Amino acid sequence: MTMMDNLENINPKLYKKVEDRQVTAAEEDEDIVDAFDAREVFDIIRNINDPEHPLTLEELNVVEQNLIEVNDAENIVNVKFTPTIPHCSMATLIGLSIRVQLLRALPPRFKVCVEITPGTHISETALNKQLADKERVAAALENSHLVEVINNCVCVSKY
Amino acid sequence: MLTMGSLELKQNLSGHRGRVWSICWHPKGTSLASCGEDKTIRIWQATNSNWITTMILTEGHTRTIREVAWSPCGSYIASASFDATTAIWDRRSGEFECNATLEGHENEVKSVSWSSSGHLLATCSRDKSVWIWEAKDDEYECASVINAHTQDVKKVRWHPNEDVLASASYDNTVKIYKEDMIDTDWTCIHTLTSHTSTVWSLSFDKTGERMVTVSDDKTVKIWQEYKSGNTIGISTANNDSVWKCVCTLSGYHTRTIYDVDWCKITGLIVTACGDDIIRIFKEESDSDIHEPTFSMICSMNNAHTQDVNSTQWNPAIAGQIASASDDGLVKIWFYNE
Repeated sequence: MTMMDNLENINPKLYKKVEDRQVTAAEEDEDIVDAFDAREVFDIIRNINDPEHPLTLEELNVVEQNLIEVNDAENIVNVKFTPTIPHCSMATLIGLSIRVQLLRALPPRFKVCVEITPGTHISETALNKQLADKERVAAALENSHLVEVINNCVCVSKY
Repeated sequence: MLTMGSLELKQNLSGHRGRVWSICWHPKGTSLASCGEDKTIRIWQATNSNWITTMILTEGHTRTIREVAWSPCGSYIASASFDATTAIWDRRSGEFECNATLEGHENEVKSVSWSSSGHLLATCSRDKSVWIWEAKDDEYECASVINAHTQDVKKVRWHPNEDVLASASYDNTVKIYKEDMIDTDWTCIHTLTSHTSTVWSLSFDKTGERMVTVSDDKTVKIWQEYKSGNTIGISTANNDSVWKCVCTLSGYHTRTIYDVDWCKITGLIVTACGDDIIRIFKEESDSDIHEPTFSMICSMNNAHTQDVNSTQWNPAIAGQIASASDDGLVKIWFYNE
C-alpha cells in the first residue's frame, strides 16, 4: 500500500484535545460497579492514529465524545466518525480500526456499531453497510497485511 | 389465537474456540456437525441423551469454516471456507477424511448446499458468483458458474424435491436458478426483490412452493411460487415460475437476522438474530395461501450471550433445534407447544 505517497488531505484542520478524565472516588472503589459511558469509549478510540497523518483521530476531529452513544445495560455502543474529507478513501480503514479497537477493549457482550456521521462522506451508505457486515469484517481481519496496517493505527502513537 | 410455547435448553455444547458460524443436522437427526473460526468441524452425537464430540475434523481448511452441509445420504459433509475452497469429507475408511477439494472461487466461500438427489452441489462466494458442481463417483465437476448477483452471495439452498436452486445476497435480492433443458446451462430464472438490505439466509417449506427469507433489514419475508398457468392470473414468462412476497414479518427482530429454517415436519419457522434471541413463528390456522398470516409463538431472550448465527430444526425429531453463536457455543433446544 502506498498510502503515504499522495496525501489526499494535504493540510487537515487540527483540533484541540480534550482534558484528561478526572477519576472520581467512586470509580476507584473496586466494590462499586461503574457502567461504561461515552467518555470511557472515547478514551479507548481517541488515540488511534490516522492512516496517513502522524495525528490521532481525536486531533483530526474524526472521533468526538458527543458522537458516541453507550447504553451499558442494553450492551449497545454506537460510534459515529467523521472523515476529514467527503471522498476520503481511508474511511473504511479508519472505521475498521475503530471496530477492532473496540472489539479488543470492550467485553464481548457489547454490540458495537461504527458508522459515518450522516452527510460527511459521498459513499456513506455503502461504507456503513460494509462496516456493519460482521462476516466481511471477520474475513478482512484474517488478512494479515490488513491486520498489520490496522495494528499500526491502533497501537499507542509512535510519533 | 395462538398460544405461546416455550424453548427448553437441553444442553450447551462447548468445544469450539471462538465464534461458531454454522450447524447442520445429519439427515437422520442422529448427529450434528458444527464449524467456526477455529477452522475445525466437530461432529456431535447423543449417547444416553448426552451430547458429546465424537469427531473433530481438522486440516481441511486454512481459514474460517463458514458453513457445513451434510449430504442427503448422510455419508458426506461439505464445508465452505474463507480460504476460497469447499472440502468434501467422506467416511469410506470409517473416519471422516477430506478426499476432495473444490477450487475455483476467487475469494471466501460463504455457503454450500446439496441437492435433494445428492448429485448436485452449489457453492457461493464473496466473488459474487454461484457455482454448480456435479458429483459422480466421488468426482466433482463444475457444471456452471453463474454471475447473476451484483454483490457478495451469502447463501445457497436447493429446493427440497427438484433441481431448483435459490441464492441470497448482499445485493438485497434472492435469485432462483434452473437448468435450461436445451443448452443444459444453468440460468437465473427469477429475481426476488423486496428486502432493503443484505439477505442472509433462506429456507424452503416442505413443498418447495414457499420460501422464507431473512435480512439485515430486520424483517422475515414469506414468498409464494406462482407457476406458469396459475389460476389466479399472476403472469409468468418463458413458462418459468414467479415468486411473490406474500407476507412480511416486521417489528419482531431488533437486529440483523442471520439465519432461518422452515421445519419440514411441523411447518414452524425458527430465526437466529443478532440480538441473541431465537424466535419461532407459526402460520395461523385460517391463513390464506396468497396472503398468509404468521404469529410469533416463542421468543427466547438471551438464547446465547452473543449473536445467534445459525439455527436448524432436527429433520427427524419434531421440536428439536440446534443453534450456534458468536459466544462459542452450540446449543440443543426443545420446543414445547
